[in-house]
Amino acid sequence: MSELLIQNGHIIDPSQGLDETGSLLIRNGQISWLGLGKSSPPQPDFDVINAEGLIVCPGFIDLHCHLREPGYEEKETIASGSRAAARGGFTTICCMPNTNPPLDNQAAIDYVKLVATKEGVVRILPIGCISRGRKGKELAEMAELAQAGAIAFSDDGQPVRSSRLLRQAMEYSLAFGRPIIDHCQDAELSQGGLMNEGIIATRLGLSGIPAAAEEVAIARDLALAELTGARLHVAHVSSQGSVELIRRAKEKGIRVTAEATPHHLTLTEEKVIGYDTNAKVNPPLRTQQDIKALICGLNDGVIDIIATDHAPHTENDKRCEFARAPFGISGFETALGSLMNLVHEGKLSLRLLIAKLTSEPAKITGNRYGKLGTLEVGAPADVTILNPGLEWVVDTKDFVSKGKNTPLDGERLKGKVMATIAQGRLVYKDDGITIERKAH
Amino acid sequence: MRQVQQKDTLTVKPEAPPLLWRHHHILDLDDFTLEEIELVLKTSDAMKEVLSRAIKKVPALRGKTIITLFYEPSTRTRTSFELAAKNLSADVVNLSAGTSSIVKGECLIDTLSTLEALGADIVIMRHPMSGAPYIAAKYLKASMVNAGDGWHAHPTQALLDLYTIREHKGSLKELKVTIIGDIKHSRVARSNIWGLTTMGAKVTLCCPFTLLPAGLNHRQDQFPKVTIEASIEHALDGADVVMALRLQRERQPSGLLPSIREYVRLYQLTESRLAKAKPDVIVLHPGPVNEDIEIASSVARGPRSVINEQAANGVAVRMALLYLLAGSRQL
Repeated sequence: MSELLIQNGHIIDPSQGLDETGSLLIRNGQISWLGLGKSSPPQPDFDVINAEGLIVCPGFIDLHCHLREPGYEEKETIASGSRAAARGGFTTICCMPNTNPPLDNQAAIDYVKLVATKEGVVRILPIGCISRGRKGKELAEMAELAQAGAIAFSDDGQPVRSSRLLRQAMEYSLAFGRPIIDHCQDAELSQGGLMNEGIIATRLGLSGIPAAAEEVAIARDLALAELTGARLHVAHVSSQGSVELIRRAKEKGIRVTAEATPHHLTLTEEKVIGYDTNAKVNPPLRTQQDIKALICGLNDGVIDIIATDHAPHTENDKRCEFARAPFGISGFETALGSLMNLVHEGKLSLRLLIAKLTSEPAKITGNRYGKLGTLEVGAPADVTILNPGLEWVVDTKDFVSKGKNTPLDGERLKGKVMATIAQGRLVYKDDGITIERKAH
Repeated sequence: MRQVQQKDTLTVKPEAPPLLWRHHHILDLDDFTLEEIELVLKTSDAMKEVLSRAIKKVPALRGKTIITLFYEPSTRTRTSFELAAKNLSADVVNLSAGTSSIVKGECLIDTLSTLEALGADIVIMRHPMSGAPYIAAKYLKASMVNAGDGWHAHPTQALLDLYTIREHKGSLKELKVTIIGDIKHSRVARSNIWGLTTMGAKVTLCCPFTLLPAGLNHRQDQFPKVTIEASIEHALDGADVVMALRLQRERQPSGLLPSIREYVRLYQLTESRLAKAKPDVIVLHPGPVNEDIEIASSVARGPRSVINEQAANGVAVRMALLYLLAGSRQL
């Protein structure tokens, strides 16, 4: 199927300011024609997806996920993770380097890229380590990592404890035009913490992680970004105070971008009641007030993008005492459905939601890998087709990801990915979509 | 002859309208209504009567298997449960973490399903991690009794505390109950706060603020309202009941207290401080007591102390709970 026409969909492409009915033709892995209104391409002789009543938008870009390979293949592989991403509408995913071995050298990056080419179904852009072995002691060979294809640098999962090392990483990274992504959390304040600090943690007798643990670290990172002029990207912002800090930094002109996850935007600490280990995530789910601030941040641009922090674990990993369970939520396959809730409640426009998943993250990844996050003619054919009003029930048995760890199992969501096309290949198709094959 | 007599004792049917009892597990008191707590206390009265007999044994749980599974050391709670189960003629097996395959790394859920396969009807568990009995209850058909989990809950201790207070005060309604000490890490405090407030008592907490849990009084749909007092004199003023909590010595090196000495100076329950309370105040302590740290030994052994009654009542209350659980469904 080298030619595919997506016909009469509602095209939303924030990169071009498109929000209207139209059709697009995919040929040789690229967008080869885009027609608005009810126009048809010159020789109407292609396979066709009738997208009437559906949204057609650029494929989603996820700046933050964990594919677990190499090292933790029981939790996820590049093959399973990229298929789960496709099912969630993502066509580009950036994987964090907390693998085993960690992605702190060229060989490890090359390995991920090789397996991605052989077994992946979407574009996989690895993120390299900030420090050797993610130990926070000495810098990884960042130039080599950048050359090998690392899209950014991060010790994610672990905050960079040493302010000195982080400063050095920022200064050193300036030469490569790639951001430093920090998991902002003061390790001492969060030590032993299992969930958001507050009355629910008190009720459950669980050690808390105060929002201040995140805010203290963000304040430090912002000061260092100002000092060095480096690009800082703040991973998974979870608290109201953090949004305020980033807002002030942006007003000051500090080069900072920030992300929020679907779970921090839609779920509160109350999900932990009953000791649901699938709601154990770091940073922890917080309060309604924090959600409000995060949504406000999305709307006024303080929070630039939405990223999943897809963090798959095995059922066994999570089938234990709350304190023993690892942090993380498997997020690819429920991201859109849960985010659409914000649209249906009128808190976020569909157009802005799509921008936060496409054109905005593309600004952070840059054009090094082709023009991402757009349906422009000539761009790689990364396209996602959505049904914004379709209701469905989350059933982890249907997950393609090996990680079934979500607190949303059994929940009804409204809004579903119907098809995903990555670099011209149809990599996911819902049963509700049919392709009319035209005889040549 | 004795057998016949024992059968007769079965007629000591504590008034247990079976419809009122809906608990298959006992995990915490946050899901107990006032009526349910009353039922436990009334059933405990009947059990206390059994304990006053020459032959302190009734056949209510004959043929039932009860396993105590303790992942933390305990003297009084484990012994109290064991005696309670034996007084009801259950077969009791005691397991502790050091002597079972837990040391070989067997996970909690596997351990429990093994115990269930071996025929356990009720599992009584103490665990250092908050919520462990909830995870267990999700996978277990047998009844789970929480004998203390992490910082979270110790419902049977709270019920025996309520029982002891009721014996002395009649009703708990409007009583001022002051809890002093390491509230943050105390499962006894948490379960007592639920139980006491459900029974209509007013709870005052008193401790250095490093030992106070976060978010109190922020949301009453999640946790009962309490009064917080930094000064022990204010906290004790007019108190009907005072409960001192054990101070773990490791709180000092972890930075929560500058020194044990300063804690003693500010928060020890002494005779002179106790004089601020009502003349008929009673003093409770869940034990084991650190004498002359959280409580002066003269108070712990003094006329207002009911610490030994608490231990004795523990057996009756736990008999009542096991009895009610056994009736909850065909075990």
